[in-house]
Amino acid sequence: MTAMSLLSVDSLTVKLPVAGEMRTVLKDVSFELEPGKALGLVGESGSGKSMTVRTIARLLPPGADVTGHVRFDGTEVFDLRGEALRKYRAGDVSMIFQDARAHTNPVRRIGDFLTEALCTNQRMPKKQAEARAVELLAEVGIHNPEQRLRQYPHELSGGLLQRVMIAAAVAVKPRLILADEPTTALDVTTQAEVMVILKRMQSEYGMAMLFITHDLELASSVCDDTIVFYAGQVVERQQASRLHRDPLHPYTAALVRARPEIERRAGRLPALPGHPTTAYEAPDGCAFAPRCAFAQDACRVSVPPLLRIGEQGDSRCVRMPELHGSLLAAAGTTQEVTP
Amino acid sequence: MTALAAEGRMVARTARRMRRTGALGLSGWTAVGALVLIVLIAAVGPLLNSVDPNAVSLSEAYQNPSAAHLLGTDANGRDLFARLVDGSRTALTGPFLVVLVSTILGTSLALAAVWFGGWFDQVSVRVMDAVFAFPGLLLAILATALFGSGLTAAVAALSIAYIPYIGRIVRSAALRERNLPYVAALRVQGVHGVLISLKHILPNISGLIVANATLAFGFALMDLAGLSFIGLGVQAPTPDWGAMVGTGMSGILQGFPDEALFASALIVITVAAVNVLGDRLTERSEALS
Repeated sequence: MTAMSLLSVDSLTVKLPVAGEMRTVLKDVSFELEPGKALGLVGESGSGKSMTVRTIARLLPPGADVTGHVRFDGTEVFDLRGEALRKYRAGDVSMIFQDARAHTNPVRRIGDFLTEALCTNQRMPKKQAEARAVELLAEVGIHNPEQRLRQYPHELSGGLLQRVMIAAAVAVKPRLILADEPTTALDVTTQAEVMVILKRMQSEYGMAMLFITHDLELASSVCDDTIVFYAGQVVERQQASRLHRDPLHPYTAALVRARPEIERRAGRLPALPGHPTTAYEAPDGCAFAPRCAFAQDACRVSVPPLLRIGEQGDSRCVRMPELHGSLLAAAGTTQEVTP
Repeated sequence: MTALAAEGRMVARTARRMRRTGALGLSGWTAVGALVLIVLIAAVGPLLNSVDPNAVSLSEAYQNPSAAHLLGTDANGRDLFARLVDGSRTALTGPFLVVLVSTILGTSLALAAVWFGGWFDQVSVRVMDAVFAFPGLLLAILATALFGSGLTAAVAALSIAYIPYIGRIVRSAALRERNLPYVAALRVQGVHGVLISLKHILPNISGLIVANATLAFGFALMDLAGLSFIGLGVQAPTPDWGAMVGTGMSGILQGFPDEALFASALIVITVAAVNVLGDRLTERSEALS
């Protein structure tokens, strides 16, 4: 752990009550985020990306059982109560959600939405908050901002509304932005515009960002580092730009190979056999072992630790030292997909 | 046959459309019209009364309607029309106060229970269940026994007895609202829980609250009229519809049912209008949510 890190997540394990029993959704998640850096969280649905971010924002459902530590600027986030928690959320972290429409009150105007936090938390006068809102809307590339302030969420397109969400998130100049798939619900061209705006705001304001996505390419273009989730665990962490060139885990390698590439003609894309598991259903040993082309008996004995692979990153694969560098090539021999 | 079936389908279609759009419809607007009229009578009627509703004239007892007495007189020779008009004030004020107090208290309690959750929610639900177990009328009778007959004790008792009716419905609606994503977004913006509850959740469930308050008004009117009927509510000589049904009872046996009949009719019309309006408003709030 460096003294520099803004956010430090340390052996975080989260269990949620489902149908009367506690189910593990996050298992021993650890990572660090430095101020101003962007960290990508990738993985399939149910792998624990969103849950990690919700844990950091303290938005877990009641009855959740949390062990481990989440420290923001040295403060234990799970010790925050009442006013301190509200201050943390109001000033230090902001969240951008996937579905902007569901995350705005449909009967309040855009202007109310943008000025509410400014007026109540920063005690800004209404007039000044409105001026700031206009400024923010202009910053996220919305034309005629004065008119937009008087409109309702249903009058805005998905892309516009997501920009409003970004504006609201950066309005208080937080130190950390939690972006939970902010562009997944948008079409590809809108997605690109919104991403450019988000990235620009992030670097202009010098905010750190946790960026959740399914899209490895997007993660590599937006983030400094990427961590890969599988079954509620971190299976790999390394520089975002290297992730798809030199993966450090067979799971990442399989994901990379399952994408089409514009430069490369491909016949049938190799699919990953089996289906994604959750942390709750994960077998003993490596959670990915049942689907892994490289699995050996050793993989099924105990949960592999997160290993340092040279200077490059971390991997939760016991065979990584021998496989490193050959994953993408060797994966070509993967077994046939059985539907 | 086919024309009838077609008409039936059309009626059904109109009803469906109304439910979908949340329009009040003919019955709803009729109820609104009746209530506006009744409230108007209560507001200005007593000022226009040319006869003192409490003027006793035993020689004029049990008269039939005439020019001097529009609806005749009661056992004490008091003008029935003047008493019915004057009585509308007490008949409407009592339920209005009951609904006002119980809605404010019930809504506040429910919103606080939903926001804080945990043991506070559990305790308030149990307390509301316990109050719910007592019939409102019984509590009111108990209160008049303790604090003496009259409208004040009865209204206070009913206000408390009606809290669970509003509170339970508001709690379930607020709970649904609180779990919507936009509330999570507000929380993560650091908006204070009190502000989220009052500025976001409350306005978004206000339709339901108004609808249920309207229905509660009808029940409260019945309960208070019942109390006055058995002599525990409004005290003589103040005119009140419920009390008039009670005093009119003896007239029925002597062949002069007018007093009880007119007062009952007014109670029935008011309660029916309030209930129809309450139902339409409930449908409307469901259609719009």
